Amino acid sequence: MAKLSIVEAINLALRQEMKRDKSVLVLGEDVGVDGGVFRATEGLLKLFGKERVIDTPLSESGIIGTSIGLAIAGMKPVAEIQFDGFIYPGFDQLISHAARMRTRSRGAYSCPLVVRAPYAGGIKALEHHSESMEALYRHIPGLKVVIPSTPSDAKGLLISAIRDPDPVLFLEPKRLYRALREEVPEKEYLIPLGRSKIVQEGSDVTVVSYGASMHETKKALAELNEKFSIELIDVRTISPLDDETIITSVKKTGRCVIVHEGPRSCGLAAEIIARINEKALLSLKAPVVRVTGFDTVMPLAKLEWEYIPTVSRIKKAIFEVTAF
Amino acid sequence: MREECDAMPKKVIQKFEVKFLEILGENGTCDENIKPQISSKVLLEMYKWMFLGRVFDNKMFSLQRQGKLGTFAQTKGHEAVQIGAAFALKKEDWLVPYFREQLITLIRDVPMENILMYYTGDERGQQYQKGWNVLPVCIPVATQLLHAVGMAWAFKLKKKKNVVLAFCGDGATSEGDFHEALNFASVFKVPVVFLCQNNQYAISVPLKKQTASETLAQKAIAYGMSSLKIDGNDIFAVYKGVKEAVELARKGKGPSFLECLTYRVTDHTTSDDASRYRPIKEVKIWEARDPILRLRKYLEKKKLWNKKKEGILYQDVQKKVNTAVKKAENVSAPSFEDMFRYTYKEMTAELKEELDYLKKVKNDEK
Ligand SMILES: Cc1ncc(C[n+]2csc(CCOP(=O)(O)OP(=O)(O)O)c2C)c(N)n1
Repeated sequence: MAKLSIVEAINLALRQEMKRDKSVLVLGEDVGVDGGVFRATEGLLKLFGKERVIDTPLSESGIIGTSIGLAIAGMKPVAEIQFDGFIYPGFDQLISHAARMRTRSRGAYSCPLVVRAPYAGGIKALEHHSESMEALYRHIPGLKVVIPSTPSDAKGLLISAIRDPDPVLFLEPKRLYRALREEVPEKEYLIPLGRSKIVQEGSDVTVVSYGASMHETKKALAELNEKFSIELIDVRTISPLDDETIITSVKKTGRCVIVHEGPRSCGLAAEIIARINEKALLSLKAPVVRVTGFDTVMPLAKLEWEYIPTVSRIKKAIFEVTAF
Repeated sequence: MREECDAMPKKVIQKFEVKFLEILGENGTCDENIKPQISSKVLLEMYKWMFLGRVFDNKMFSLQRQGKLGTFAQTKGHEAVQIGAAFALKKEDWLVPYFREQLITLIRDVPMENILMYYTGDERGQQYQKGWNVLPVCIPVATQLLHAVGMAWAFKLKKKKNVVLAFCGDGATSEGDFHEALNFASVFKVPVVFLCQNNQYAISVPLKKQTASETLAQKAIAYGMSSLKIDGNDIFAVYKGVKEAVELARKGKGPSFLECLTYRVTDHTTSDDASRYRPIKEVKIWEARDPILRLRKYLEKKKLWNKKKEGILYQDVQKKVNTAVKKAENVSAPSFEDMFRYTYKEMTAELKEELDYLKKVKNDEK
């Protein structure tokens, strides 16, 4: 087994799916000759040719809108949007059409497409290159939203996303693209969408996170594992949300901390807290605490680590719920 | 072009042409009769600005490579476009840039140290002052063009004489916002001039893959707009083209579109590696067409410039640039409170609560 980074795992998943299924196409800005600005599509053009690996004109509405048509007519487009901050020219296509085609046609048509985009901060990037706006997409009925945090999850989830009968937004934590490596099986495997993962079992407190924040969360836990027995859950798919795993865990521990980088208000944590209130309120021994980004514009490089949930903020929250 | 599929005779009801403006030849020669009226003093000023822009750009690049500056898009090679355009404007005219116009913003009194701060990720570098008449750097491609149209519209409604000059790249012409901006501008006949820096690449995508149009200038014709293609490495042509367009706009005769043909001799940004997608041979050809070199050759022919003057200018500009670098380096780090300050005019109660929380975290960390 090879040790791969997240980018390499994504590349491998794309390669394998394109080989398996001739209807899978990759399209986007700079995905062909350049192999994508993060190199996620590197080498695909050479393997599959320019009819299946397409450098498009600079137009996100064009990319997502035509992907919808391609999908309706039987292709399986995997569109890359260079950064999540540039989805917005194509947002109308995503919200008004990709996510509603099945409903609008009473099930006659569907949009089995994937939109991949790097998201979240921590790489000292320019404006609009660092936001975590996943909650916007969680609000879109008909769209699935997947956010992996490890190379092996990235591979298995992307393959599932490509084979899924519905449109999937696949957000990739860009600061983790090359930050970690792990063994990723070469052979085909699928990780079902809508299932979260218990990364570590524990009985004192449940910590829930996903995507970019998983990295800091794991670091915080490494510093606290001797003090507390912590259960760590990686949500992996924020839409649909697997609340069963979270609820079962919270019923066991009675305490919960939720970590995400997106803005605080109406973020994923708010939804998870609501579900805990609905389904496990009486098991709670302490108020649930969330560690999130702020309701401000994501700052540039000099202040981005004031915005991003840090190890110290996550630890503080864990102390708070356990001391309650 | 459309292929005719049958022999059915059809009437021609519209015909279009695209004009190209070039004045200053590659070796610095030009027909003085068509050269725009620019005094020697102003010509030298233009040259000095171009030169400053190049030195500053090189400095930014070297700072970036030393890890002292974040990602940025170089202006190198775009000096004739930006300085030619800047000199064709009046002080009260507005500039709407995208992200490759450090040079033209310098002319607007934006200090070099501000630009440096911004590209280290210190947003205080974008603290715009009254009178600069320039909008902040705009990264989402083509979106700024609509703002330019709106501003020009406001000037028209207020019966003011200001003109708005909006920049975009060749890649931007593929975005919907580009077309919406041109359409609105023409429909409402507002005093805006669109200047497209056609540097022939949008990151790795060459123009021929970006569009099937032979020129970008012809896209504007479809919106009923006056349009011109210009040699963008020829500062006389840019100056003249922009001047004409700005005057039309000022007289209430509507918007114009200018396609300035140049070449991105650098990587797209400092994060890019252009050798992955284009031959170095092509870059060399365009390096030889350098816009600064071209003006220098002209000035030398006119005995307005020489090696000695160039040496003195270099010293002078180096000094200015280095002073700015020092200033930027000596700025103290921004405080986390800065992050909350500009979300709304008045900080909301919920933001105050978030700020208090962060203050407490920072305090506990001490
Ligand atoms: C809406 C949007 N999509 C994608 C990007 C990423 N991106 C940044 S610059 C660029 C290419 C721009 O090319 P062009 O308009 O020709 O201007 P140039 O950089 O060549 O001056 C791309 C794709 C972006 N900034 N905004």
